[in-house]
Amino acid sequence: MKHDKPFLVKRRDLLKAGGALVIPFQLPAMVRAQALRDPKAGPPDPEQIDSWIAIHQDNTATVYIGFAELGQGCSTALLQVAAEELDLAMDQVATVGLDTHLTPNQGGTYSSSAIRVGGPQVQRAAAEARQALLAMAAEQLNTPAESLSVTRGVVSGPGTAEISYGALIGERRFNQPFTGTAPVKDPATYTLVAAPVPRKDIPLKANGTYLYIQHLRLPGMLHGRIVRPPGQGAYRDGVRIVAVNEDSISHIPGARVLRQNHFIGVVVPREWDAVKAARELEVTWERPSTLPGNDALFSRMENGPTNDRVVVDEGDVAAFDEAYVKTAFDGTGPYQAHVPFAPNCALADVSDSAALVMCSTQDVYNTRTSIANLLGLEQDNVRVQYHEAAGTFGHSCWDDVAQAAALMSHLAGRPVRVQFMRQDEHGWDTYGPAHIGKAKASADRNGKLVSYEYEGWQHHWSLVETSAQTALNTPAAEWPPVPVQQVNPLTLGGMYDIPNRHLLNHHVDGLDYLKGAWLRSPLDLSFAFISEQAIDDLAWQLEMDPWQFRQQNISDYHWRDVLDAAAEAANWQPRPARASNANANRNSNTVTGRGIGVGTHLASYGGAVAEIEVNTETGEVRILHLYGAIDAGLVVNTSNVENQIIGQLVQTASRMLLEEVTFDETGVTSLDWATYPILRFEQCPAVTPVIVQRLEEAPSGAGEEVMAAAAAAIANAFFDATGKRMTMYPFTPERVLAVLA
Amino acid sequence: MATLTINGATIETDAGDDTPLLYVLTDELQLQGPRFGCGLAQCGSCSVLVDGVENRACVMPISLLANKDITTLEGITSYYAAATGTGERRTTPLQDALVQEQALQCGYCYNGMIIKGTELLLNNPAPTEAEIRSAMNGHLCRCGTYPKIISAILRAADAMATAKISGADNQEETA
Repeated sequence: MKHDKPFLVKRRDLLKAGGALVIPFQLPAMVRAQALRDPKAGPPDPEQIDSWIAIHQDNTATVYIGFAELGQGCSTALLQVAAEELDLAMDQVATVGLDTHLTPNQGGTYSSSAIRVGGPQVQRAAAEARQALLAMAAEQLNTPAESLSVTRGVVSGPGTAEISYGALIGERRFNQPFTGTAPVKDPATYTLVAAPVPRKDIPLKANGTYLYIQHLRLPGMLHGRIVRPPGQGAYRDGVRIVAVNEDSISHIPGARVLRQNHFIGVVVPREWDAVKAARELEVTWERPSTLPGNDALFSRMENGPTNDRVVVDEGDVAAFDEAYVKTAFDGTGPYQAHVPFAPNCALADVSDSAALVMCSTQDVYNTRTSIANLLGLEQDNVRVQYHEAAGTFGHSCWDDVAQAAALMSHLAGRPVRVQFMRQDEHGWDTYGPAHIGKAKASADRNGKLVSYEYEGWQHHWSLVETSAQTALNTPAAEWPPVPVQQVNPLTLGGMYDIPNRHLLNHHVDGLDYLKGAWLRSPLDLSFAFISEQAIDDLAWQLEMDPWQFRQQNISDYHWRDVLDAAAEAANWQPRPARASNANANRNSNTVTGRGIGVGTHLASYGGAVAEIEVNTETGEVRILHLYGAIDAGLVVNTSNVENQIIGQLVQTASRMLLEEVTFDETGVTSLDWATYPILRFEQCPAVTPVIVQRLEEAPSGAGEEVMAAAAAAIANAFFDATGKRMTMYPFTPERVLAVLA
Repeated sequence: MATLTINGATIETDAGDDTPLLYVLTDELQLQGPRFGCGLAQCGSCSVLVDGVENRACVMPISLLANKDITTLEGITSYYAAATGTGERRTTPLQDALVQEQALQCGYCYNGMIIKGTELLLNNPAPTEAEIRSAMNGHLCRCGTYPKIISAILRAADAMATAKISGADNQEETA
């Protein structure tokens, strides 16, 4: 590696500035944490305590965590877990950013994994470090380890004898294997875990001193921008350059065009010049008309070739034919975008033999592999660091921008910072895929579910990023290559006691559509929107209250408890759905309704209630109040999880009312916040988060499990208010008026 | 060569007249408060105060800013102290309230939320919830933290009223 120092450039001293103007950059914790580390490529050996915990002379600890802080607070929560087991206070523990030279490989930060997967690993490592420290203290104090107690990292023996962790091992390595055998604390004795511990990053974010990836600079760097058609076409087609007029930016000082095959970008010393150069560079593109456009999307998905697979087959769904009440409900969900509030950004410094890439990937080791392949470098000569950006809620363009920065640094022979512009992010996202679902369900005259069928159409995630696709002419490909990303058995009837169930997945080949990737609670909003409306319809046909109908078909206590928690928070009074505009307010042309739903993504459980208002004249839907309950096993930081629920409820409102990627036959046309609107302050519902705490159960993830339930509750509230069912979302005024007509 | 007044300091820049203020603040001065979000004045992440009025730095060319007082997040505590005649503190009541509410998630939009929220509170020290929603409506948050921001602005308004009655702010340290 040609770098062995911290990579942050000092503030350029370009301008004379008054004291009020200048604030110092944070000294990265990495500098200090590196002292105990070999400067060689990781991942560090997970079977060594030193790979997880370092104790410093000042009696503080660095905890090495393989999960990314995304604004969900996991860096604080995982430190709570470590501090709890180590008997340290929160002001004595710190962590470092993900770095392939420093942090363990715990897999990527997705699928609500940080606490679910990381919590138990960090807990056991901290417990084992404490056990090792107590053994050292016992020897030093000449007393049995069982007689020792620890407060704030100071070990006390009988009488006045005491010694601190820092004095025992400060700045030295444990050199002990991590066996995972040290006993962990009884949850009943927790003081830090399961409490609303304030997040460490929030004060820095509120006073403006927190470093986002967008703030970082490398010495001698150039500003880079990618140049692409304004919105992506079919994934298979990639980007095809017909002609480039480099003279079109010759008036911009220092501007250079960088090109490798069909990858093209500009680099310029000054950032505003880079923006202008990317905007003004004249490129002629081949733009084939191969997409279906929004109008033909669902007919192409349903009528085109699919790879079919039975996901669940229990009992015999022919029981449907003889059931007392039956329903068949079909619906669709649109493509939706991640569109992080800050477009993705990355910096790279690439030499002939090595590369440093700073980006906001949620999986540094996976990104390291992709960068090594892209540049033809040995993996160990590529160092990837994570720095926080704006929340992306799934796989947005972070790998694409990291690859673009690496390519441009390689081509320019200089460090390069690439900042995607708004249209790059909106137009070249890997979108949450569109979905078609068809549900059939039935119940007996006592209101017990008899049968449930669901078939769903959608494509997978795109594997090859556009930068690699264009630069290396790598063919587009989907991941996973076999159809395992499919109709979700948990959200699709999995909460109910159903003797006869059949789930059928139709995998659509994604290469002829938009790029796809997981977007928070992937596909579950669509699944629940369709499935839970079918369940609701059975309750209505039976003239039963929809909460009570669900209660009597659920025996799993997790599902029952989140369902009941949401209903009770909303003060739900049982009655069948009104299914009419009997509640109309004639003065304002509005009707109100309420709905309930359950759903999840992975291992946790979500329940929700929605109260909405529909304007029958204008078609406008207002979501007045959302109640969301989650059972995520042990909740380490209750304040964080309340925030996660609030965010999920507000995002679900946004996705159900407003969000839809628009595209014609040649490309995506929703390229900014005007053409892809999201929820605003004036549209934001009141929200009530409810946590069902399970101290004795393992954490199961809290980042996305209320959204499916909330989507379903909103849809069912629409029926209660109007007597009509929406079969598509978002609920735009045009769609609402068409349904009400 | 343009001369700008930023957080009370006078700076000179050789950036072209058409350069949006944001690029002087971020590329030349490397300030961390104002930040790029859309470049289209749609989201509010780049907000600054220009003569006390919230503006979008991403579309405001520096040629329009001669003789204007520009305040960024870095200067918001001094600005707030001067505007209210109170002693300067390390944070404003709104920043304190945002921390107390644990309002932020990723926090990227909070430059704009704090700039706009401060403008609101100085113009209307006791806003109703409806007035807060209306004033803040041009600022987007992808994480969905709007409910907590509303709570924090109401909390900050309470703290400001209490400080005014007790005169507590005048007793505080200066930064």
